[in-house]
Amino acid sequence: MKAGSHLESVLEKGAFAVTGEFNPPKGNDLSIAKRKAGLLKDCVDAVNVTDSQTAIVRMSSMAASSLLIQMGLEPVMQMTTRDRNRIALQSDLMGATALGIKNVLCLTGDHQSFGNQVDSKNVHDLDSVQLVDCVRTMRDQGTLLGGVEKIEGEIKLFIGAVENPFADPVEFRATRLGKKVAAGADFIQTQCIYDMNRFKEWMKRVLDRGLHEKCHILAGVSPLNSDRILLQWKEKTLPKIPIPEELIDRITKSKDPDEEGIRVCIEQVKELKEMKGIHGIHLMGVDLEEKFARIVDGAGLSPRPKVE
Amino acid sequence: MIKAEQKPMEEILRALNPYNKILLSGCGACVTVCHAGGEKEVELLASGLRMARQKIGKRMEVLEITPARQCEPEFALELAQTVQKVEAVVSISCGVGVQTLVRHFPKIPVFPGVNTTFLGETITHGVWEERCQACGNCVLEKTGGICPVARCAKQLLNGPCGGSSNGKCEINQETDCAWQLIYDRLSGLGQLDRLEEIIPAKRWGVESRDRGPRRMVREDLKA
Repeated sequence: MKAGSHLESVLEKGAFAVTGEFNPPKGNDLSIAKRKAGLLKDCVDAVNVTDSQTAIVRMSSMAASSLLIQMGLEPVMQMTTRDRNRIALQSDLMGATALGIKNVLCLTGDHQSFGNQVDSKNVHDLDSVQLVDCVRTMRDQGTLLGGVEKIEGEIKLFIGAVENPFADPVEFRATRLGKKVAAGADFIQTQCIYDMNRFKEWMKRVLDRGLHEKCHILAGVSPLNSDRILLQWKEKTLPKIPIPEELIDRITKSKDPDEEGIRVCIEQVKELKEMKGIHGIHLMGVDLEEKFARIVDGAGLSPRPKVE
Repeated sequence: MIKAEQKPMEEILRALNPYNKILLSGCGACVTVCHAGGEKEVELLASGLRMARQKIGKRMEVLEITPARQCEPEFALELAQTVQKVEAVVSISCGVGVQTLVRHFPKIPVFPGVNTTFLGETITHGVWEERCQACGNCVLEKTGGICPVARCAKQLLNGPCGGSSNGKCEINQETDCAWQLIYDRLSGLGQLDRLEEIIPAKRWGVESRDRGPRRMVREDLKA
């Protein structure tokens, strides 16, 4: 075990892992956060705590991760290179591990122009691949980036990264994943999957490169509903996450689109579970915690393995 | 070359409010090429300023000059005599030129009349795009001759991020994704294997502006 996290032990045992997304509050009011944490507690193995996702200012992922530990959940602290340079990132990694955080997810982060502080300067001193390498250096060499300065204590972290199988250039996406794995990623969470055929094409490239043997791949899923589909239509100029037409039809034409979205998601999870190289799922979406529990149940993934 | 664009007229007028006799200085180099601060623009802006001031009944005398390269001392010093006759200078050269005047004329206020925008190339007449950030350690050799430092919104050295779509950057449909360009270029050259290599973290604090303003000394050329 590299970090001794619960997520790591689930994956190392070969169980099909379930992680879920948690957005910290846009302030310091914890009332809603506590309710969400309660909903997530028994349906996922670990909770991704976002780092001011879409550049909307929220409570820091480290603080929220620490609070989740107090509530009995295991966090995956998301960390973007957008807002902090390598001094701040490494400093936070020291603090995070001291607070009991054992999983980190290294991201570039959404551009600040999408958020609510558009005048800000982005940092990107490192990129996500370099951040993965930085965490691995801290953990495996016991030094800061550069390999010289010794760290007091041990930085035990299970290192995650992400990949969007649908972004362009599509043929390069598995190569880029390979770079993240070479840099030290232990697990990968993918962007949200709706187009299973395109996802399979990406997975084929991943399998051809043998990347599934070097890291754990968790497939990103999120239940669709009418709002989500409408949003996708509005953003058609920006097709980051493709949704096949037949899926849109199936959901919009059903009597209860919300329920149909959950049914579709359960079917997807069942299919992903049988797919070679997929070691788990990552449930995504804002304010969907109640649906997460139903999906996990419906896909036959309950109860989750107990923390040892 | 360095690109620039004229500041809003109101902003220039606001800075000049206390003055009645000024010198407007252009530059015959980069800003002439991008039509922001050459002899022609000096002439146009000078008449604009005169007219604007006339409109409010507050006449202003505007002298005009366009040295060949405002950022070189020998050309900047061509202004020395004229500067004595005015209360302020507006320079429509780049920010470098403004500071050359500031260094040589300590007793006269110098205002910028343009915003210096970027180091770029001409795409077509009237269209310029950023190409270089003078980061101090060129990576073009690794990226097929296309610069991710200047052309990727996140300056990723191991891109593209998940926001690359149909060749465009997610922040703006007009902006090419630098990493798609890099990919296409290396693909065309049959060198895609180069993209398997992880480009290590850049030494911003040693090589780039982040170490403080940079200075070059060539002993063989020093006077």
